[in-house]
Amino acid sequence: MKQEFTISLFTEDHIGILGQITIILTRRQINIDSFTASESAVKGVYLLTIVVKTTSEMIQKVARQMEKLVDVLKVFVHTSDQIIYQEIALFKVTTNALMSGNIIDNIVRAHHARILEVSPEYIVIEKTGHKAEISELLTQLEPYGVLQFAKSGRVAITKQVKELNSYLKEMDEANRYKPETIEVIN
Amino acid sequence: MKTEKKIKQTTVQVNGQEHITGAEALLQCLIEEGVDTIFGYPGGAIMPVYDALLNYEGKLRHILTRHEQGAAHAAQAYSMTTDKPGICFATSGPGATNLVTGIANAFLDSVPVVFITAQVTSGLIGTDAFQETDIIGVSMPVTKWNCQVKKPQDIPDTIAKAFYIAKSGRPGPVLIDITKDAQLEKLHFKYKKCDYIRSYNPLIPLHIKAIESAAIMINHAERPLILAGHGVLLSRAEKELKTFAEKTGIPVASTLLGLSAFPSDHRLFTGMLGMHGNYGPNLLTNEADLIIAVGMRFDDRVTGNLKKYAKKATIIHIEIDEAEINKNVQVDVEINNDAKEVLKYLIPLVKENSFEQWIREFRICDKTEYEKVIKPETKPEKGEIRMGEVVRLVSELTKGDAIIVTDVGQNQMFAARYYKFTQPNSLVTSGGMGTMGFGLPAAVGAKIGSPDKPVIAFLGDGGFQMTIQELGTILHYNIPVKIIILNNSFLGMVRQWQDMFFKKRYASTELINPDFVMIANGFSIPAKRVSKREELKDSLIEMLAAKGPYLLDITVEKEGNVFPMVEPGSSVSEVRLTY
Ligand SMILES: Cc1ncc(C[n+]2csc(CCOP(=O)(O)OP(=O)(O)O)c2C)c(N)n1
Repeated sequence: MKQEFTISLFTEDHIGILGQITIILTRRQINIDSFTASESAVKGVYLLTIVVKTTSEMIQKVARQMEKLVDVLKVFVHTSDQIIYQEIALFKVTTNALMSGNIIDNIVRAHHARILEVSPEYIVIEKTGHKAEISELLTQLEPYGVLQFAKSGRVAITKQVKELNSYLKEMDEANRYKPETIEVIN
Repeated sequence: MKTEKKIKQTTVQVNGQEHITGAEALLQCLIEEGVDTIFGYPGGAIMPVYDALLNYEGKLRHILTRHEQGAAHAAQAYSMTTDKPGICFATSGPGATNLVTGIANAFLDSVPVVFITAQVTSGLIGTDAFQETDIIGVSMPVTKWNCQVKKPQDIPDTIAKAFYIAKSGRPGPVLIDITKDAQLEKLHFKYKKCDYIRSYNPLIPLHIKAIESAAIMINHAERPLILAGHGVLLSRAEKELKTFAEKTGIPVASTLLGLSAFPSDHRLFTGMLGMHGNYGPNLLTNEADLIIAVGMRFDDRVTGNLKKYAKKATIIHIEIDEAEINKNVQVDVEINNDAKEVLKYLIPLVKENSFEQWIREFRICDKTEYEKVIKPETKPEKGEIRMGEVVRLVSELTKGDAIIVTDVGQNQMFAARYYKFTQPNSLVTSGGMGTMGFGLPAAVGAKIGSPDKPVIAFLGDGGFQMTIQELGTILHYNIPVKIIILNNSFLGMVRQWQDMFFKKRYASTELINPDFVMIANGFSIPAKRVSKREELKDSLIEMLAAKGPYLLDITVEKEGNVFPMVEPGSSVSEVRLTY
């Protein structure tokens, strides 16, 4: 059964890493629902948040293949209940819409959105939330003339307590581990 | 004279602060890494490196192959028969793209090869300049790691990283693309070997709990089977595997690339797994109650139909590459560590045991296979010469002491099946990719890596012609490889599939071949054609006794098939002895 997974992938800033990651997904015929990249809390480490729909077996396989990439530090796979996540959307609506009384204002308020800018020709509304909430707002605004609509990919924070830094420390220790040479007794 | 003068001018201090060009720095890095042999082919963008090579005569030997693909395969084979990574140079554009088959081949078979390609001057990158290809983009899916260098001062650290990545963990090819200006400009050279990359953990502390549970399972198993893969050879765990098998008494089967990790004549050896593997290990995989997979990746050629694979067995998977665990086969105990280390730890935990009854089942299968397949194939009394018979004779004449190189197809399967391997790393073959044309250049690389061993290449008449130009390399350097063409005037393996699965409709598989003896002679390589059984053995003896290179064009049965066979889509237990 396919379900939605959020991949949080921490990587070094190596040219080509995005290509390597998408190759892994395309080879397995997995579409990317959303993709966001930013620097993480650890300086120099980048966080990619990738949302995909696939099976739980497949997500494990691709996560391992991603983690295998030399420049990838750590890959976490989460279901939606394990993360706190948001998307941001911007709507450009004709200013005429405001003329129809308080309707737009009410919609904006009801959706916990806000108006960023008002000009004689258009207004810009910002909404942060989950994908469904954003779609809902879009549907409501559409009758009033949506000139432009843009939505970001998902950004996510994990609920788990262990942070990247402690993983990095563990990995660093593991990395410095050298097997002692035990001779085999025949 | 000129060269001598140059040496004086540019002699570099090791790890000094000498001001040298990027090209010289590259070569100095190679020396620091213990390299003495490079396979390659020059061209415009890499000329500064080749020019610098002249200053390193006596330290770095460059083997000029006749095609970059040949250089790539030779470098891989060199690595497979030595403990060192292979080194391969090519120029930008077509030089680099000609490497791609060789890179992919090394990638699928986990062989450490450091590929150095040249790139156009950095200012021209992205402009579709003459001989510019984005080899970083092209090679990305087939390298373990790749990187472009545009500044000379980045060369030492990048090369150090490349060697570390290629050799450690699950080995594999890496590619460094160096712009021409970075080769020409100068830097203060300082080299430090790399043994740490933050994002890359090749050395994983032993998963002791998993090993301990594995030991309990092993101590309680009734029909256990060891599946040995290439990882055993790559982690140099042959000795440990032997100790482990002998102590536990567990029979051993091998993948194609695992062959030679365990002696073929050992009483616990049950043969090769997979599509054309032996009858016993295929059939009895589905009877085993415990499978101990060591350094292998359950490739589809090994498992056959996954839905019907090893369903009665608990599976222990010892594998250094975590991404291979649970990829094809869901396992019960995963031990994501180096094979040698795991076996060392495991040996004291397992009890001495023997499985005579279980092993007898393998022997019964062996007997059936011998009567139905092996005897008629390797000891035919009439009819034309058969591939299996040639391999058996070579095996007997060399006492299993040669390095066997194969091409791809029936020749490969017969060589793998009928040569009795006694020494580790004595089979050089293209497993994961099945690259026709691999054999001849691989024989060159193997012989250069192991000059003291006889190197014998079994090639099909089709595959031979894919890289036939490497006869020029053999002539040029007088490389004493023995080349056996198993000549059936067909693309034999494809013809076998047409025979079995396409109603004998032989579409584009019959070959009109040139006179290979004349061709060899044209390259000053002594050669002979054999088509009579009476002449076969003496001809082989003559070939083996020859000092230099030698080619034997053996006319074999035109429509011989390889058996046993696990047909595509079938289960390993449906392995067929005939059809
Ligand atoms: C580069 C490449 N092209 C095509 C194939 C498909 N293929 C596999 S085996 C084979 C036939 C090989 O014929 P030959 O070299 O004469 O060897 P034989 O099987 O007769 O021993 C072919 C065409 C391949 N493996 N590699």
